[in-house]
Amino acid sequence: MGTHSMKFFRTTILALSIMGVAACSSSGDEDMMEAPAAADTSGIDATTAAAQRAEQERLAREREAQQRMEAAALNTTVFYFDFDVSEFMASDRDVLAIHGRNLAANSSRRIRLEGHADERGTREYNLALGERRANSIRDYLVVNGASLSQIETVSYGEERPANTGQSEASYRLNRRVEIK
Amino acid sequence: MRKMRHIFWLTLILTNMVTAAELNIEITQGVDNPIPIAVVPFSWEGTSALSEDVAAVVSADLQQVGEFRALPPGNMLSMPDEAAEVFFRDWRILAQDYLLVGKITHSPGSQLVQVQYEFFDVAREQKLIGEVLTGSVDQLRDIAHEISNVVFEQVTGIRGAFSTEILYVSAQFVSPELTYFRIEKADYDGHRSQVLVESQEPLMSPAWSPDGRQIAYLSFETNLPRIYIQEIATGERRQITDFPGINSSPVWSPDGTKLAMVLSKDGSPDVYVMDLMTNQLTRLTDHPRAETEPSWTADSRSVLFTSDRTGQPQIYQVGITGGFPERLTFDCFYCSKGRFLPDGKNLVHVRRDTREDNSYSIAIFNIETQRVITLTDTSLDESPSVAPNGSMIMFATKVNGRGILDAVSIDGRVKFRLPSAQGDVREPSWSPFLN
Repeated sequence: MGTHSMKFFRTTILALSIMGVAACSSSGDEDMMEAPAAADTSGIDATTAAAQRAEQERLAREREAQQRMEAAALNTTVFYFDFDVSEFMASDRDVLAIHGRNLAANSSRRIRLEGHADERGTREYNLALGERRANSIRDYLVVNGASLSQIETVSYGEERPANTGQSEASYRLNRRVEIK
Repeated sequence: MRKMRHIFWLTLILTNMVTAAELNIEITQGVDNPIPIAVVPFSWEGTSALSEDVAAVVSADLQQVGEFRALPPGNMLSMPDEAAEVFFRDWRILAQDYLLVGKITHSPGSQLVQVQYEFFDVAREQKLIGEVLTGSVDQLRDIAHEISNVVFEQVTGIRGAFSTEILYVSAQFVSPELTYFRIEKADYDGHRSQVLVESQEPLMSPAWSPDGRQIAYLSFETNLPRIYIQEIATGERRQITDFPGINSSPVWSPDGTKLAMVLSKDGSPDVYVMDLMTNQLTRLTDHPRAETEPSWTADSRSVLFTSDRTGQPQIYQVGITGGFPERLTFDCFYCSKGRFLPDGKNLVHVRRDTREDNSYSIAIFNIETQRVITLTDTSLDESPSVAPNGSMIMFATKVNGRGILDAVSIDGRVKFRLPSAQGDVREPSWSPFLN
């Protein structure tokens, strides 16, 4: 649970800091708007200009929202798996698609996918499970435009647990793939 | 003469001892009616105390395998050290079936010592065997294990495995960023452990060569899982695989000519065999699911493996010349890491019976009678390894969150435990006979 809530926390901070930047820049826009508004005499022109500005601001906000989401997605680098399941969770699909498109847009970027299993069952079989999980994410990144040559996969099986407890909550944190 | 050579040879490899995780043996379950044996403390003609109590080591050996109960020396009526001093009545009164006596003397004209022992059947008032073993004072423990081998074989008819060793992996957690992984070697009873390999990246799957001189293992030291072979005596080692993906699970064929391994270079983990003379690879399995955990049959002609081609892991067997694999296990949710006992009929494996029971145990499945015996009652058991005489199975489990090594007799009646003084220990691999 610890790692999961931390990830959420980190994402929130990032979103807030981007919003902070947005707030600063919009207050700058207000300063700039005051000068032409004072000199303006034509009500119709003023209305058109205001509408255009509003539209530009709306587009800027959308771009910012998109960038914010992409930054948050790219900052999400640990993906969890159900017991004995090697397919990633449906809820991670959008985030992984963003990773895939980012790799496609940055052809020199290289990543390493590290697959892990929980400690139950035999070690060498768990090595196979970890690889299968890493491959499931690799294949989805490739579907979204990444090149196979950008991705190295490695399985650590149960050898590098994120949490050493013996509860289902610990096991859940250990069944994971990390993008490095 | 053969034994003497063996003892001298051991000196060479034991001189370079490194501090390792000390394992302390505990007997956790013995048989109901163990055979009573009196092991009289061996006399010593020297003036300075010896580093090892030979009789105590023999008593511990015999009790660890559960078949015997050693008489406490304080209860003995006499302390003979040779046949001439033995009065059988003293031992019949104490209801002892067997008697071992011995003496340790300086070897004339050298710094070596001679250990003379004699072993008696009390009821028949008969000496069964007697020998003199010569070695250095440092080898008294080896000599004691050799005496245990002889006594065990005299009584049970089964060759003793007290001179064998184990390999295992230890993990010492220092901080979230730093764990020391080590492959260690120790006597079968956990004594005299020494570090063979150390790394800050995971080490896995230590395996013995059939002559006991080399080990194979998996190391992540290059950040990728690769197989290495290392000479025990010299520490000399070489990387033997560098294929994309998983390179894991090295296991020598019993005839020493081949190494089975798992490679995922062709898309998913499959079992391959490497000819160690030519380095030529032969692919034994070809399936998109996972095939792993190879182990050899005694004739080096076929390999057992785990596959989840039907959804969950089950155990299969395939000949090394290829062909369609035969499935061996059916009635379990999860059956893996199969290996035959020396009889080739009883399959030791890790077993989870149903999805609901959520417990992994060591079990034996007889492929002829289809009978299953579950040997353990801990819940995270794995990595079973069979003693070369087929009498005991060592395996890894978790107790209070720590990895420990346990051993159980193949009938489940006897158990002993080798908890580590520090860190986790796991993946035991029992050596072949070394003498």
